[in-house]
Amino acid sequence: MITQALVSQAVLIAEKRRNNPAASVYSGRARMMLERGVYAAKSSNWLVIVSGFFEPVFYLLAFGFGIGQLIGNLTDGNGNPVTYAAFIAPALLATSAMNGAIYDSTWNVFFKLHFGKIYQVMLSSSLGPLDVALGEITWALLRGLVYSLGFMAIVVPLGLITDAWGLLAIPAATLIAFGFASFGMAITSYFHSFQQMNWLNFFLLPMFLFSGTFFPVSVFPQWIQVIVQALPLWQGVELVRSLTLGIIHWGLLGHVAYFVVMIVGGMWFTTVRLRALFMR
Amino acid sequence: MSDLNFKPGQAVDPQKAIRWGSLRVAEYRIYSMSKWMGSVIAYGLGNPVLYLVSIGLGIGALVDANSAGQSVLGVSYLQFVAPALLAAAAIQGVMDEVTFPTMDGFIWDKLFYAINATSVSSYQIANGVMLAALARGMFTVSLYLGVLVAFAAIPISSVLPLLLSSMFAAWAWSTVMLAVTARLERDEGYFAIIGRFVIAPMFLFSGTFYPLQLMPIYLQPIGWISPFWHSAELGRTLSYGAAMEPAMFLVHIGYLLFLVVVGLAFAYPKFKQRLAK
Amino acid sequence: MSQSANDVVIQAKGLTKKYKDFVAVDGIDFEVKRGESFGLLGPNGAGKSTTMKMISSVSQRTSGELKILGKEPNTHGPEIRAHLGVVPQKDLLDRELKVWENIFTYGRYFGLSRKFLKGKVDELLEFAQLTEKRNAKADDLSGGMQRRLAIARGLVNEPEILLLDEPTTGLDPQARHVLWDRLFRLKEQGVTLVITTHYMDEAEQLCDRLIVMDNGKIMAEGSPAELIKQYSSKEVVEVRFGTDKNEKTAEKLAGLADRIEVLPDRILLYTAKGEELLAQILESGLHPVTSLVRRSSLEDVFLRLTGRTLVD
Repeated sequence: MITQALVSQAVLIAEKRRNNPAASVYSGRARMMLERGVYAAKSSNWLVIVSGFFEPVFYLLAFGFGIGQLIGNLTDGNGNPVTYAAFIAPALLATSAMNGAIYDSTWNVFFKLHFGKIYQVMLSSSLGPLDVALGEITWALLRGLVYSLGFMAIVVPLGLITDAWGLLAIPAATLIAFGFASFGMAITSYFHSFQQMNWLNFFLLPMFLFSGTFFPVSVFPQWIQVIVQALPLWQGVELVRSLTLGIIHWGLLGHVAYFVVMIVGGMWFTTVRLRALFMR
Repeated sequence: MSDLNFKPGQAVDPQKAIRWGSLRVAEYRIYSMSKWMGSVIAYGLGNPVLYLVSIGLGIGALVDANSAGQSVLGVSYLQFVAPALLAAAAIQGVMDEVTFPTMDGFIWDKLFYAINATSVSSYQIANGVMLAALARGMFTVSLYLGVLVAFAAIPISSVLPLLLSSMFAAWAWSTVMLAVTARLERDEGYFAIIGRFVIAPMFLFSGTFYPLQLMPIYLQPIGWISPFWHSAELGRTLSYGAAMEPAMFLVHIGYLLFLVVVGLAFAYPKFKQRLAK
Repeated sequence: MSQSANDVVIQAKGLTKKYKDFVAVDGIDFEVKRGESFGLLGPNGAGKSTTMKMISSVSQRTSGELKILGKEPNTHGPEIRAHLGVVPQKDLLDRELKVWENIFTYGRYFGLSRKFLKGKVDELLEFAQLTEKRNAKADDLSGGMQRRLAIARGLVNEPEILLLDEPTTGLDPQARHVLWDRLFRLKEQGVTLVITTHYMDEAEQLCDRLIVMDNGKIMAEGSPAELIKQYSSKEVVEVRFGTDKNEKTAEKLAGLADRIEVLPDRILLYTAKGEELLAQILESGLHPVTSLVRRSSLEDVFLRLTGRTLVD
């Protein structure tokens, strides 16, 4: 599976980056974490999990069809007309992937860190910090992937994916979820209170609203455009939108590279943080 | 170590204590709230301003450039969304107060039980929470009105009428959520579910970002039952004089008052029953 | 409410509370007089806390009569509560507020003026030995301090009756003694105390008079000394022979004491003269693993009344 391949690839990279043997941080049992995740998910409120998927769907329906009538058609990167719904659908797909990954890698991790103290227990078993990091990140990534697959199942029948390249939106969404998941956990490890956790929203909401999701960033002055383009969601939105609209060019690899760097950096960061927190 | 200056039963005037119970509760909640002033402002103002700048200006640029869209609205997109975003800010303001902080009173710190052990009754606790929520809503709405005026999204003469129309929505929603929160025995992510399955659809499908009539008829009832729509419609008339029949004016206000009554009718007995346990 | 009112401040007749099919309090009668320290003693689930909630005029009774300060709690709850101080079992403090703010805001619920409260808060903090902690968050206090804060808060309205639900549960021995001392002082000031507890020593220390409750009913009533005199002997000899031998050995001991209780882990022998009895046991060739002679306590009263120990 794509996920598995990506995970093991990331492990290889993470291991290579370390000069000393990886045995101290990685025992190859990250999937135990996944099993735990499945058990925990069974007993948690499934409506909460499902609700995260619906958020982008509501935006698609309300904006795509409601505001779409006020806006008419837009022009895509190749100069072809594109409906407003088809313009925002890929952006919401990328957002879907991000949301799924973020929920699990931030709030859930926060509860485990501060209330369940689950990581302490795990790290006192034969699991290493990289196992824990990989397990949690994979779990978050899977949730992101599930959300984006669900979203695809809605937008494809609606005819909002206009090009066969659009199928690549699924691996692209996986990449996006992976990127956000690997950073989310590391950043969460710095937070100590609910108030601080809530500040995450102050980063996520503007990113969602300004990353070319609902309107092209070209409406902004140049300096704002540069800031927006540095944000991961804009990178993801551009990548997915180009694929679903069939605007294929080498520049897309730049977006991919952005996420690969984010994933590797995030994994390294998370492992370092877990070591600092629990293995001193 | 000193002894107490103690006159059992002399300090309190029961009649006075009973009379202003709701205000005492509101006073305490506002005092607690003031410790989180940064968050109160950030939440109350942050979200609506972000929507104003992104959707209002960003999508506004697209809508205003399109003659078909222009003819539907008759005003700039920013003017069109401003009253609706104001209603959303008001609802958000009270919502933040009647959800988690109220649940806290019942299940974590259980402070309502301590308050109910004084001469304050369960009704007064419910009323006090509602009043504090309205104060919070009023506070953020006032700030947001200033932002809207600064963006020239509303005329300055409409500030007071808009304050009223948005606070009606806030009042309606505060009592409904008060009734819901009072029923929750545990935190199992209900507020996240309510947020995503009730608030979000109401926010998005209630003619906030486009006229409700543009939606297919089977989706329009979401707007009819939602306080967002009623308040936004009132606000559009009060702000830029959108056409409205006098009867509809009464319907909008009447519906919001109806929600207040229904909310309180469910909230009061639940508060009483729960605190007596 | 004037002092000249009835000397009886709490009066219950046939007081009953049912939750669906479960009878939590089953038709109990008792009276509490002004200035006295009254205890409700019993194991968990005996109905003490339910009785306490009815006295605190928030929980309505199912049947029977109840008068607090001469008033009917079902209809005059807020008026009665204006003169009650309540120290709940779980403290119920506002963890986000500072120590002094907890007392101050609570006082406001009684309609007390800010001016009155300024002085009162200082006085109460001094009384509760929390003056140095006045600006700490309630959440940062130790368990004993939180309990003292809850008591100080309960006193802010200068109540006629102070209700304390399990006041020392969960506290270490030193913290308990500090608390007992504070409660004594209150009693000296003329405050009526109503205390629930499942600790015998606490009941003996604090209560002038108490009722022993089990399964929602009153098993006995009186002062600690009266109860011990009535239901137990002066002294008790506790002997252990080992888990499997206790039962058999008990047969041999029969007749030596006024009464014998065989518990899973030990045998209790009730007698007027403990040391003499223990000497007799040793002479008869029996060798207990451990032995102890002590004065009778309420624990023994409860054992006698219910056939069970109080704290498992």
